Amino acid sequence: MSGHSTYEPKSNTAKWFDERLPLARLVHDSFVAFPTPRNLNYMWTFGGILSLCLVAQIVTGIILAMHYVPNDTMAFDSVQHIKRDVNYGWLIQPMHAVGASMFFIAVYLHIFRGLYYGSYKAPREILWILGVFIFLAMMATGFLGYTLPWGQMSFWGATVITNLFSSLDGVIPGLGTAIVTWLWGGFSVGNATLNRFFSLHYLLPFVIAGLVILHVWALHVVGQNNPTGLEIKQPSDGVPMYPYAITKDLFAIFVFLIPFAYFIFFMPDYLGHADNYIEANPLVTPPHIVPEWYFLPFYAILRAIPSKLGGVIAMISAIIVLLFIPWLDTSRVRSAKYRPIFKMFFWYFVFTCFALGYLGSMPAEQPYIFWAQFFTASYFAFFLLVMPIVGIIETPKLLPRSITEAVLGKGHGGGGQVPAGAATGPEKR
Amino acid sequence: MKSIKALSLAVALSASLAAVPASTPAVASDAAGAEAHFEYERQLWSFGGFSGKFDKAQLQRGFQVYKEVCGNCHGMKRINFRNLVQPGGPEFPEDAVKALAASWPNKPLAEPNDEGAITDKKGNLLTRTPLLSDPMLGPYRNDKEARAAQNGALPPDLSVMARARDLHNGGFWPYHVGKMVRDIAIGYQEGGADYIYNLLVNYKDVPPHFKMADGMNYNPAFPGSQIAMVPPLSKENFVKYQDGKGSLEENARDVAAFIAWASDPTLNQRKAMGWQVLLYLLITSILLYVGKKRVWADKH
Repeated sequence: MSGHSTYEPKSNTAKWFDERLPLARLVHDSFVAFPTPRNLNYMWTFGGILSLCLVAQIVTGIILAMHYVPNDTMAFDSVQHIKRDVNYGWLIQPMHAVGASMFFIAVYLHIFRGLYYGSYKAPREILWILGVFIFLAMMATGFLGYTLPWGQMSFWGATVITNLFSSLDGVIPGLGTAIVTWLWGGFSVGNATLNRFFSLHYLLPFVIAGLVILHVWALHVVGQNNPTGLEIKQPSDGVPMYPYAITKDLFAIFVFLIPFAYFIFFMPDYLGHADNYIEANPLVTPPHIVPEWYFLPFYAILRAIPSKLGGVIAMISAIIVLLFIPWLDTSRVRSAKYRPIFKMFFWYFVFTCFALGYLGSMPAEQPYIFWAQFFTASYFAFFLLVMPIVGIIETPKLLPRSITEAVLGKGHGGGGQVPAGAATGPEKR
Repeated sequence: MKSIKALSLAVALSASLAAVPASTPAVASDAAGAEAHFEYERQLWSFGGFSGKFDKAQLQRGFQVYKEVCGNCHGMKRINFRNLVQPGGPEFPEDAVKALAASWPNKPLAEPNDEGAITDKKGNLLTRTPLLSDPMLGPYRNDKEARAAQNGALPPDLSVMARARDLHNGGFWPYHVGKMVRDIAIGYQEGGADYIYNLLVNYKDVPPHFKMADGMNYNPAFPGSQIAMVPPLSKENFVKYQDGKGSLEENARDVAAFIAWASDPTLNQRKAMGWQVLLYLLITSILLYVGKKRVWADKH
């Protein structure tokens, strides 16, 4: 994709700059002339949407940090002060809180799209792995941020999650406890914990921004995947990013902003938990401690395993396994569109994630524990059994010969001979 | 189409599987069971829905109930007297609120006097008259004083109470999911006000075989059904409004609305702006779609 640059400076000043710092050339080649497959559907608009989410979170977050006080006796009241007395604080605060949820909705759709269309397969392994790192950093940021309002769920969520490290006591006695004390900066979640969580919550978004730059860079080296899973092989397969992809992304962003605004203005509390409007109290444990909705599937996996250490390992593995799927999936056809068996399992996997999310919100008692175990098994089976085995036994459908043919029908757009069959997949290996 | 079929198959399969253990008796604890069986009665709130806004007269009546009943034990420390004047609230006249603040029984502590003392000669803490910018304090200086006066129970501050409570979705999962979808569709965000209303009107006689702890009152709307708060209002004993009317239910509804306002004083402003923002996004989306169609006209 990174071919010969088509940028031509239009003025002497532009030429002068281009010879010294070719920034305009970089932008032109990456976001104007960059060829995007012409057959992308709306599932490919989440890259732009997610960039917007990150920028929105950083901007609203910086404003909130001007008024927020990271102190265990003042944090809760400072958030109330923002919502009541700061000019437009009632708007900025829910933008940030709802924004976190919308960010996760978008990232989950983005990940599901990657899984469905095989966007993790060669040559996009690094692109995918960077994406998993971004997801991990987002989870850390979301968790740290949820602690800051210092409500009951903030406090007890932080206590439960940091306490997970104490399961390491089962490996080396004392190790887990030492790590937990070190994380807390004391012998319980307190002011020191809140201070460091605030500091890290401010830091991590910039780490995410750095990872995003690498993610976009990797994308621009290998090019975008698309619903056929074929590469761009001829000029008619692609369209320049501007104006084609840009106009489409812009439309998608505005559509995405509609539910975003709906929650901000009409249901700002819906995606959170009422208990977080009770100030943190180390002496009172809430009856049900639940994390934010976007962690619920992982929380269900954590609680499904009867041993604490086992649960922690399962929960971490549920994310780490994503790093290995470029090699776990044995099919050489990328897109599930041409993989009838894989497609069925994919939708069952989506259902599994929803089921785990529901189970994560329920108390840890029967029958929920049984079903959490059942769907935890389903979750891992998708990656560890379905991906390797289906790739071998499945006969894919006939692939179009090129992206152009997929859009315009047979007789257009030549391309090489690509017969169907797992043994002769479209991409070079 | 195929993928939708596969999905519905997976859903049906899981539903039939889920039905098996769900039909065997659930091993829920008794307390959780009692809690789950209570059906909260949702009220029609003026501030509910998309065009909702607070009813000034209702907030004024609710304030009266707060002042005469709740305020005897509960503070509202995040509400300043000035908030009672601001638009979108009870909107009392400023002079009346100044007088109210001056006569408020719970005074804030004064700064140390010229001699640096914080008490008078008799040892009483120095206090001063509250101003518009002062919070509506409750009768107790601290939690310990409150517990000492209240038989060990702590009357919580009410200024964010309506946001700190919610009605719990429960039951068999399709019902749970259905309720969630419906609540999002109608923009239901009044769980806290509904909870407060239900709590206030559901003090009942203790049912036979129900074991009560000492000094507790039976109220099925409260999780666990045992609450330390004595019935603040009853069918016989309620606040009469200025027109001489009133009832338990009216008092409960009005004070719940007042607490909902105290918890979310910018609701009117938020919902009014919400419409403008949604309209803007919708129109811009349509324009962008038309533009996108034109750009792509020769590419499909």
